Amino acid sequence: MNRETEITFKESAAAAARTARRADLGHSARQWLGYAAAYGFMTVLALLFMIPLLWMFSTSLKSRQEIFAWPPDWIPTSPQWFNYASAFEKYPLARFMLNSAFLVIANTIGELISVPLIAFAFARLRFPGKRILFVLMLSTMMLPGQIKLIPLFSMFSRLKMIGTYWPLILPSFFGNPFFIFLMVQYIRTIPRELDEAARMDGASTWTILYRIILPLSRPAITVLVVFTFLWTWNDFLQPLIYLSSFDSYPISVGLAFFQGRYSVEWNLFMAATLISIIPVLVLYFFAQRHLIGGISSLGLKG
Amino acid sequence: MFSTWRALSPRARREALEAYLALTPWIIGFLIFTVFPIGASIYLGFTQWTIVEPPEWIGLDNYVRMFTRDPLFWQALKVTGLFVLISLPLKLILGLMLALLLNLKIPGMNLYRTVFYIPAVISGVAVSLMWMWLLQPDTGVVNTLLSYIGVKGPNWFWDRHWALPSVAIMSAWKVGGSAIIYLAGLQNISAHLYEAAEIDGANPWHRFWKITLPLLTPTIFFQLIIELIDSFKVFTEAFVITQGGPLKSTYFYMLYFYEEAFQNFNMGYASALALLLTSIILATTVFINYTSKRWVYYES
Repeated sequence: MNRETEITFKESAAAAARTARRADLGHSARQWLGYAAAYGFMTVLALLFMIPLLWMFSTSLKSRQEIFAWPPDWIPTSPQWFNYASAFEKYPLARFMLNSAFLVIANTIGELISVPLIAFAFARLRFPGKRILFVLMLSTMMLPGQIKLIPLFSMFSRLKMIGTYWPLILPSFFGNPFFIFLMVQYIRTIPRELDEAARMDGASTWTILYRIILPLSRPAITVLVVFTFLWTWNDFLQPLIYLSSFDSYPISVGLAFFQGRYSVEWNLFMAATLISIIPVLVLYFFAQRHLIGGISSLGLKG
Repeated sequence: MFSTWRALSPRARREALEAYLALTPWIIGFLIFTVFPIGASIYLGFTQWTIVEPPEWIGLDNYVRMFTRDPLFWQALKVTGLFVLISLPLKLILGLMLALLLNLKIPGMNLYRTVFYIPAVISGVAVSLMWMWLLQPDTGVVNTLLSYIGVKGPNWFWDRHWALPSVAIMSAWKVGGSAIIYLAGLQNISAHLYEAAEIDGANPWHRFWKITLPLLTPTIFFQLIIELIDSFKVFTEAFVITQGGPLKSTYFYMLYFYEEAFQNFNMGYASALALLLTSIILATTVFINYTSKRWVYYES
């Protein structure tokens, strides 16, 4: 936009604002009506979206007879809070969730060791071959994971690691390309003057990384931790392939085998399912700003 | 490479060495977790291998078998293709509509944004169990609601015509995930454009078609590719809810791959299956990328 058009543009905008102010009364009534309509519509839509979760919650509080009542009760006549205790008693839920928590912690440690180091090299250091390596790294993000499953399975089986957590943990120590990319993007926004000043004062490369860059990268680290939690907690195919004993399953795989393993009691199943998603929901409510920021900037998905 | 190395000053050499040191984990991981498996997969696709004995080279036999005498392969391909055709437009259009709503400039919108995104963070297994219960033919809440308006609901997952649409409905519930990405795209569109158009007398309908949609094409393009790859990889829902049934009507490609590889241990044939799926995904991505020159608008 050149200067002249910009000026005319501003003038016409100001004129439009004046007209709008003159018609303020009628405008605001219409605006309020618009607000009301928007809120009404959004609320109905949001409720519609929440029916599945609300229904699951309602079912989890019903007795065995009440879940088959017709017409169904939307709100349980006498909420059976005891169902939650029964779910923990009947199914090894606590065990599964501890297994998942262990995997989350191990993967987080792995990513925290590898990702900042790798991202720092890509974002800040100069070295021959940087462009090619960076493009290679980005291209691995696009690759569908299923093509790697069979060779990796056979590799881990040669290493006698099938049935252990190693295949689910080891890869995180070599850096997830999504997180590396995220971190590189973030480090690039930190002013280089900080590095240079530190270097003048005689700081080594590693001091700069761990004393200056890393403390300033808290937002990116948060996104990394949140997504590692989410992906590890929800991962299904990999633990399904690599683990063999029921007791070692993380919550995702454990839950999937409920139907075959236990008699079908939907009130308890729904209580167990709800319990299984509570950690994710809690994390979501506390970290949603970072989570949504991560999705918006990278297109990462939940 | 070596001549560049010699041209470096001692300080630059030191910096480069430090960089390679920092990159070591990634380089090792790239070789072990990317280069090796891809190379091995391509090779294994030409072999018969049941993991007990060493792989035996059989040339193109796996691929010939797939295309000429494996009805299950065609069924899996058909189911997956159909699912892509149903769920992809559904997700792209509903996601955009939801994002337009969430982009309304009214106070308190963050709360709605939070609510609509919840389904996208819940695990596939939990979502599957929940929808199994929701879509029960007799006692399910969906059929109950339908009966209030006088519609007799179908048997959903337990009807071979409705099973695949049921999976698509379930995945459409997670549309908040796409909406958030659209929303980021919408918020990048400069408000000046809308103000200028309003002054010129453009109505909301015109503004959507002439400003919003063209400027959103990069986001749509990005979503198209991501959702496409995701739709080809559907596995959990089929594994948990239908096991591919009834009558193989939800026999997704990844389910077939899983059964061949990790239940029947036909690792050679399964490698060929994986390779074909990857090729289909890559080819579709390249094709969409090629057409993008015609419909994706990039601001210069």
